[in-house]
This record gives sequence, structure tokens and C-alpha cells, in this order.
Amino acid sequence: MNAPSVLTQVGHLARRSITRTLRQPALIVPGLAFPLFLLAINSGGLDAATDLPGFPTPSYVTFALAITFVQAAIFATNIAGTNLAEDIRTGFLDRLALTPMRGVALLSGQLAGVLALGVFQGIVYIAIGLAAGVTIEAGVGGAVVMIALSVTIAGAFGAIGLLAALRTGSGEAVQGLFPLMFALLFLSALSLPLELIEHEWFRTIATYNPVTYLLQGLRSLLIFGWQAGPLLEAFAIAAGAFGLAITASAVALRRRLVRT
Amino acid sequence: MTGRWRSIAGTVAWRHLHNFLSNPALLFPSLIFPLFFFIAFAGGLSALGEAPSFDYPDYTTFQYVFVAIQSAAFGGVFTGFALAADIESGFVRRMMLAAPHRSAIIGGYALAALTRAMLVLTIVTVVGLVSGMQVAGGVADVLGLLLLAVLANLAATLFAAGVALRLRSVQASPLMQMPVFLVLFTAPVWTPRDLLAGWVRAVAEVNPATALLEAGRGFMAGHPESAALAFGSGLALLALFALWARGGMRRAEAAGG
Repeated sequence: MNAPSVLTQVGHLARRSITRTLRQPALIVPGLAFPLFLLAINSGGLDAATDLPGFPTPSYVTFALAITFVQAAIFATNIAGTNLAEDIRTGFLDRLALTPMRGVALLSGQLAGVLALGVFQGIVYIAIGLAAGVTIEAGVGGAVVMIALSVTIAGAFGAIGLLAALRTGSGEAVQGLFPLMFALLFLSALSLPLELIEHEWFRTIATYNPVTYLLQGLRSLLIFGWQAGPLLEAFAIAAGAFGLAITASAVALRRRLVRT
Repeated sequence: MTGRWRSIAGTVAWRHLHNFLSNPALLFPSLIFPLFFFIAFAGGLSALGEAPSFDYPDYTTFQYVFVAIQSAAFGGVFTGFALAADIESGFVRRMMLAAPHRSAIIGGYALAALTRAMLVLTIVTVVGLVSGMQVAGGVADVLGLLLLAVLANLAATLFAAGVALRLRSVQASPLMQMPVFLVLFTAPVWTPRDLLAGWVRAVAEVNPATALLEAGRGFMAGHPESAALAFGSGLALLALFALWARGGMRRAEAAGG
């Protein structure tokens, strides 16, 4: 009997990943609610920032909406990593190793849950943002590109979660990445544009922090309309991070399957 | 407070502090998170100090006061996590059998929480001073801020202890953490109250943490304001959560620890 095609394998694992993710409200709800909660607090607490000379928009909630997408993507690290670590712990991965399944199918399939969740989160955030008075300067097409970018970012962070799970085999170790990701977010141009950060050392860190460019890509669609530069940077960084993490995950998967 | 009470409280506190200081997984997050907030807020948002109507002299000091109160409160919350873990492991049940004064068990955790908070506060203060934080207030003013941090710490400890003793599970941790997080972050964290907008402004007007932060910032600027309101709010919270923790202890006793 011929082995099923890679696409069939991906399909089976993707369906399992999506069903599994949707069945775990404890994983979904924080990723959905926490960014919205911070958006609500930031939009009131940091509204005075819009009075600073050079602040790009009179609406802080418009500026802050981009943060929710990146925060939600950070939760993707936990969701994808924790699910794969659970598969390693329960022996599911070992059993899969006895089948003709391809590594690429496993990794792609495992990410399907967070990618589907990324689409859902993107739609929810845009809907809530619009209800809160946000205007998307790039229009409906811009909203679609925002969702596409947020899914790419979720894929990148999810792939980092897969890598951590494959390297450590531990759900706790994956959870341990969360503070690191959180730090990466807070040391970026999170609450103010890069050029308005006063402290030189902080601006330097934020300039080298890739998260800054993910935020700038999303913000460009919200505040300025269609700008090729920030969008290309954001997509390139998200796709590059995804490529690196998924390649490293493939190597780690091969090693793990050899070990087991 | 009898010698026996002090002995029990001291033993519980020593055990907790020993665990805290010898376990990097407990120690480092407690130290790093307040420092991280301080660096991220004071470093990344200092331009807010230039906003029209922002009338506080130094943004680093403005944020230091928030981080001081926040780290003190979270020192209490994290100690509540430890109490919940000790209840799950059966340690508190054994202590209840041995201790004639069960309030001393809570007293021990509170003492430990206070020591933890002072350690973190010392480190945050050193970092603040090294980074150029301006302290215009005198020794009495700084002690005033310290006292507010102590009140925040003890109130948060008693709140978290009440939750831990009622639910007796580490899984109750979010119920200890989230309310404290909500109260702190709906106060004037990044800007003075007058510059807040929308619902956050409305909540901040009635939030007891607002009084603590404004009084603390007044102390550090050398012109104390609404100190009586802050100490009154702090003491009222302390009394309220002492009753809450006592009720929790009675529930735990009724459930057999």
C-alpha cells in the first residue's frame, strides 16, 4: 500500500491540531482576552502620548491595536509548543515515527491550530478595534493584509514554540519562553513610536528588536495607509523567523526521532 | 502577641524564605519582573514626561513609585501562591495540628512576604538611583513611601492568603494575581490621573491604588499630597483583608486544612 501524500498527511494532522486547539479554552481565552484587556487599559492610560509632538495619530487606541496582534502571536508559542510537548510526553510522536509520516507534515500540521486561531483573533481584534473607534487607513484590503500578517507572525512564534518543544520535550520549558517573549515585546517600540523614545539605550534596543518592525508593519496599515517599506519589513521578518524556526525544528525532529 | 505566636510565625517565615532564596525558579522571577517593568516603563515611556500638563518633575521617579508599590503587592501575591502549594502538599495541615495559634501561620507568611518585598525594593531602589532617579523628598518622605509599600504588601498577602485558604489549590493562583493586577493597572500607572482618558480615568478616581501612588509620588517629589487618604485607604484594605484571611483560615480549619 502506498503511503499517503504529504498533503494528505498534513491535512490529517492539521485537522487534529485545529480540533485540539479549539477544545482547549484554557489555551485560547488568555491569548484572546489578555491583549484586549491591555488594549483597553493602554488606550485610556497612555492617551496623553497623542499630545506629544510627532505622535502619528490623534487616536491612541488606533496606535495600540497593532500590539494586540503581536501579543496574541506570542501566545501561539505557548499553544503550539505545549501541544507538541504533550505529544512527546504521551508517546504520540513515537507512534507517529512508526508510520510513513514525513517530518514536514508533522510540523506543518502542528501549526494549523495556531494559524486558524490567528485568523480568528485577527478578525475579533479588528472588529473590536472598529467598534472602539479605530479607523483603518488602508481600508478593507488593509484589514485583510493585517490578518495575513498576523497569521504569518503567529506562524513564526508558533514555530519557535515547536522548536522549544522538540529540543526540550517539556511543556514547562515551553512555558518558560513566555517571559522571554514578553520581554522582547516590551523592549520594542510598543507604546511609543521609535523616534519618540527618548533614552538612547532603549531606542537602540528597540531598533535592533525585530518586534518593533512587526508592530510598524501593522501600524502602517492602520495609520498611514499603504506603505511598501514597513509592510515588506514586517512580512520579511515574520517569514524569516518562521523559516529559521521551522528549519531548526525539522533538524530537532530528526534528532528526536533518531533518539527514540 | 505571645512568644509562642512569634516562634510559630518566625518558623513559617524562615522556612518560606529559605525555599524562596534557595530556589532560583522562585527567586529570579520575583527580582526580574519588577526590574523589567521599571526598565521598560521608565526607559521606553520617558517622553510622556514631556506631554503637556504632565506636572511631575522626573519620569524615572514617577515610575519608580509604581514599581515599588507593584513589587510590594506582588511579593504578597507570590507568597499566597506558596501558601496554596503548602496547603496542597499537606504542610499547612501539619502546622495546624502543631500550632495553638493558627493566626501565627498567616503571620509567618506575611512576615516572609514583607521580607521578600523589602529585598526586591532594595534592588529596584539601587537600580533607580544608579539610573539617575531624582529624590527630592527627605528621609521622612522616603520612609512614608516605604510604609505605603508595606501596607500594599501586607494587604495583598492577606488577600491572597484568603483566596488560598478558601480554594486550597495552586490552581487558584490566577484568582490571587488577576484582581491585584487589575487594581494596579487601572490606577495612574504611566501618567498622572488628570491625563488619563475614558473608563480608566473613571476607575482610577475610585481606585485605592491611585491614592497610594499619588501619595508615594508626592513623598518622592518632596511635597506630600493626600497622604492621609493613602494611609487611610491602605489601613482600611489591611483591616478588610485581615478579616478575609481569618475567614479563609476558618474555612480551611473546617475542611481539615
